[in-house]
Amino acid sequence: MESSTLRNCFVLTNHQGLHMRPCGAIAATAARFQSSVTVSLPDRQVNAKSILDLMTLGAPKGTELTVEVDGPDAKDALDAMAGVFDRLAKGDFDEKDET
Amino acid sequence: MEIKRGIAVSPGVAIGPALLLDTEWFRIPQRYVEAEQVDAEVVRLREALDAAARETRDTQEAVNAKLGERYGAIFGAHAMMLTDPTLEGEIDGLIREQGFAAEYAVSRVMRRYAKALESINGGHLATRVADIFDLEKRILSCLLGQRREQLADLTESVVVLAHDLTPSETASLDPKRVHAFATEAGGRTSHTAIVAGVLEIPAVVGLGAFATDVSGGDVVIVDGNQGLLIIDPDEETLAQYERTRRNFHRHEARLTELRDLPAVTRDGVRVQLFGNIEFPTECAHCLDRGGEGVGLYRTEFLYLGKKADPTEEEHLEAYMSVLKALGPKRPLVIRTLDLGADKFQAYSGSAHHERNPFLGLRSVRLCLQNLPLFKTQMRAILRASAFGDVRVMFPMISTVLELRQCKMILAEVKEDLEEEGVAFNASLPVGTMIEVPSAAIMAEHLAREVDFFSIGTNDLIQYTLAADRNNEAVAGLYNAGDPAVLRLIDTVVRAAKKNGTTVTVCGEMSGEPLYTLLLLGLGLRQLSVTPHSIPEIKKFIRLASADAAVETAREALRLETARDVNNYLREQTRRICPEVMN
Repeated sequence: MESSTLRNCFVLTNHQGLHMRPCGAIAATAARFQSSVTVSLPDRQVNAKSILDLMTLGAPKGTELTVEVDGPDAKDALDAMAGVFDRLAKGDFDEKDET
Repeated sequence: MEIKRGIAVSPGVAIGPALLLDTEWFRIPQRYVEAEQVDAEVVRLREALDAAARETRDTQEAVNAKLGERYGAIFGAHAMMLTDPTLEGEIDGLIREQGFAAEYAVSRVMRRYAKALESINGGHLATRVADIFDLEKRILSCLLGQRREQLADLTESVVVLAHDLTPSETASLDPKRVHAFATEAGGRTSHTAIVAGVLEIPAVVGLGAFATDVSGGDVVIVDGNQGLLIIDPDEETLAQYERTRRNFHRHEARLTELRDLPAVTRDGVRVQLFGNIEFPTECAHCLDRGGEGVGLYRTEFLYLGKKADPTEEEHLEAYMSVLKALGPKRPLVIRTLDLGADKFQAYSGSAHHERNPFLGLRSVRLCLQNLPLFKTQMRAILRASAFGDVRVMFPMISTVLELRQCKMILAEVKEDLEEEGVAFNASLPVGTMIEVPSAAIMAEHLAREVDFFSIGTNDLIQYTLAADRNNEAVAGLYNAGDPAVLRLIDTVVRAAKKNGTTVTVCGEMSGEPLYTLLLLGLGLRQLSVTPHSIPEIKKFIRLASADAAVETAREALRLETARDVNNYLREQTRRICPEVMN
């Protein structure tokens, strides 16, 4: 089976950044794939399948995140991740009371 | 090492392993498992995490149905955290590599996450710390199930750390095992603080959040003299505190030598020192330190944590056990029920909602609307009066009429007892607390109605300055040295003297050496204080002169602000006895 590393960058444009529920959505999405999925800041890289690790990134609005996937289903995984960041950018996860 | 600053409420120093309690009273001891039990412990963890995740998904579905999926998703995220492979891996690692028990490993790891989230810049994730604690609690409750251990069963010596302790929880601490406690919440005059003094263990409250900084089993120092909690002290600090602890015990021992000496000023004025007690067992604390009687016996504990109101026999039994320790000659001032919203929220009889409970139906007001309850207590007090120098005192009187009503009911109860042929002291001394400004202002008229006054400064200060002593935002207004408070006390003492009514101060102010000179100078000759303050106040009185105190009081009454009053009194007090101000 062919294996490859793919990466893409996403900027957090939603008001509340990477809070608990988007972390949950990212982790749930990443967990569906065999490939390893990581999310990195310039100085830190975490396992995207761990909601707790994602939360400890504490990435606020404006942060640029790099998503890296490596494995047999890398392309599908990266597409799916792009979908989550799309929803996040549209404010799907933001709540008025969650500041 | 980390130092947290709070409010010192009970003096002394204790060093020991921390025992963390959350609001549901889980004990999280630093416990280890044997090597051959490690596999079983990991299975226990696995099952607890699964169960916790199942529970959380159930919650999610319930919330989805009730509030919508956006809110349910919060619990969905919780469930994901519980099944997060990283989480399980970390807890698993502590069990396998360090031999930690599952509870301890869970607590360790969750606190590390809480700490990591708390430190994130911007603080927008800080509220998520509550989510982490929520998860911790859920896992622990799955782990412990019905085997939740009780504080009463402690077998090792510990320092108890909690967000908050209720008075009844505090009262259940065993001073032989619990060497000190420290809480995140609470204020100087909260009931929890009073109970700590009763137990005579060092205590610090109002420390602010520390739960993320400490794990069960960490060595901590509680400095009840300076109001500090020191987490994981370095060797130098530890050595310094070992010395302090030894010195403190020596100092205590020296004060005990004063026990059999009278509280007389240098110019020969005799002052009577009584103890404030809550539980019958404290009578011994009071007498051991040379207390001449009990100036305030709080009876709320009889009503605490009980479904039904105490019976006449239950009251009598408590009063008789105090009399037994006190003997027939020493005075015992029994205060009738003083249930306040601040003290016993759990009391079912006053469960109706009040928007302003401090100004609501409490204390003697509650009694006057609940006569069977009031009369039951009065009957027991009267019956006890046949066996010793018992006196009765009504709290929170705000008008002359209220006081007359109380006296009328007392007269009715006396008649009943007489008809039944039950023995009691027909001339039982009757007193009123002066703790509402209206009562202080009307003291001249109230004085004609009673045999004695007892000034309850805690409430008097709070009502005079309209400041809740437990609300940190306004607690600065609450100050015993406020000129308005001084004037009211002066008014009350003058009114009492004019009518030949005895007057005592029984609030915390009377146990603070800073105010002893002032109170002497205002003309007080009786003070009722927490038993552990008796020797210190006595020592100070023996160094002071009543004549000079009159000058001090006169000068203090001229000052305009609490700060000026306190600075002035500090200076005067230091001149007489430098060490009491340390």
